[in-house]
Amino acid sequence: MSSWLRSLSSSEQVGALFVLVFGLLVLVTGALVTLSVRSRHEADEVRAAFHADWWALLKTSWFMVSVFWIGWVMGEIAATVLFALVAFLALREFITLSPTRRGDHRSLVLAFFVVLPVQFWLAGSKHFDLFTVFIPVYVFLAIPVVSALADDPQRFLERNAKLQWGIMVCVYGMSHVPALLLLNLRHYEGRGAFLVFFLVFVVQTCMLIQHLAARHFPRPPAAPHVSRSFNWTSWAVAVLAASSLGVLLYAITPFRPLEALAMGAIACVAGSMGHLVMKALKRDRGVTNWGPQGRSVTGANGLLDRVDALCFAAPVFFHSARWYFGA
Amino acid sequence: MSTGTRAKIVGWLLLGLVRLLTGAQARWWGCPPKAEQRIYFANHQSHADLVMIWAALPAELRGITRPIAAKDYWTKTPLRQWITTAVFNAVYVDRERTEGQDPLAPLVQALDAGDSIILFPEGTRGHAEEPQAFKAGLYNLALRFPQVVLVPAWIHNVQRVMPKGEVVPVPILCSVTFGAPMQLQADESRQDFLARARDAVVALREV
Repeated sequence: MSSWLRSLSSSEQVGALFVLVFGLLVLVTGALVTLSVRSRHEADEVRAAFHADWWALLKTSWFMVSVFWIGWVMGEIAATVLFALVAFLALREFITLSPTRRGDHRSLVLAFFVVLPVQFWLAGSKHFDLFTVFIPVYVFLAIPVVSALADDPQRFLERNAKLQWGIMVCVYGMSHVPALLLLNLRHYEGRGAFLVFFLVFVVQTCMLIQHLAARHFPRPPAAPHVSRSFNWTSWAVAVLAASSLGVLLYAITPFRPLEALAMGAIACVAGSMGHLVMKALKRDRGVTNWGPQGRSVTGANGLLDRVDALCFAAPVFFHSARWYFGA
Repeated sequence: MSTGTRAKIVGWLLLGLVRLLTGAQARWWGCPPKAEQRIYFANHQSHADLVMIWAALPAELRGITRPIAAKDYWTKTPLRQWITTAVFNAVYVDRERTEGQDPLAPLVQALDAGDSIILFPEGTRGHAEEPQAFKAGLYNLALRFPQVVLVPAWIHNVQRVMPKGEVVPVPILCSVTFGAPMQLQADESRQDFLARARDAVVALREV
């Protein structure tokens, strides 16, 4: 089996990976459909909530796997454009719920129509050095200047902080996913898709385990005002379990088993902590969800809820890999 | 290419652009979208209000609903005039009142023809958080066309997309909330009705 896999070209291997993942999703979806049909007559609220939970998770998984698959099938440029579009929609959700004033208009135009395309162009054209510093150095200086020139000092720091944080999470974080796809580590050319798969698989598994652990074995939350479910025990269990699962995948990555464990742990910690930070942001805005479950006035569809962990994990993972393994 | 085809293509592109920038979500909170003759009346904070509510309506209603456009702004350039006429099928009103002319005449004509209309009863765009007092036009139309259903609507967030004086829109999610239909009561005075209509619009902000 493994010798057969090794004999395939790298793009055939990626294809086989997608067949496997889609197959798994079909199996799980089928199982869930059977279960929900069987238990339809039982008026069991706990079970209904449990099913709704699983459906939401499955929907997210289908959505993400499809996005990655489309990105991979259509080639590097299309993948970069696709992730740029996801970043655009995520930033749109973020800005909608952040109170901006008229003086921020030009800065927002800059963020959406200059910073975002340039950042993804830098990723797509593999200018990784400039790509790394473009937003934290140049943009973070330029945006407050544009805002200052709008001549509105009211809540200036707060407005700028929100805008910069939105750019950091939605644009900078998300742009590291196509960058990872294009990253050529030594002796590992053309297989960035496996790295992305490793990252997404480990981070999403960690979020899933954390979610289920917190739900089924509730413990006192660590920060009840931010998240009623987050607690250190289920967090530690999730990080440990997900990065151990990452070790099983070490063969498809350039890592050795222990390195895979460390990289998985780094991605999980960054992702889960990032998710907690985004929860705090949402609480600050008085919503529990970027999407329609809260106040649906904005028409947001909750894209940011699905990708926020990835937005935090991707830059940390990318730079750790690049630094430790050399590009 | 005929004007009709071109208008269709431009309308389609514009709809795509508005959806990408704002989502253009319609929330039918107080009534379902229905092909009956209606007067939609909404708050007015930006020239883009007209585009927003046009984009939020389902395609079936868009064809039979005509927005009211301020003549001085929307006929200033040939492009604006073409878009409002060919794509939006708008009804122009003069914001400056001229002697011996009924400013409501074009609206009456559209309603007589059986079309629905979209009205901004504040007349001009507001700057404050709260909408300004409504002008009498809505009352006069309600009096004259008692069979037409009056639907209040609240347009959320549009002023953030394109504030007055800016040319490039910013992507921010917007929605239009449609409220429960209301009617002119038998012995209701003009002031009472206009205040009630305004309250109905403002109330939609919080739902």
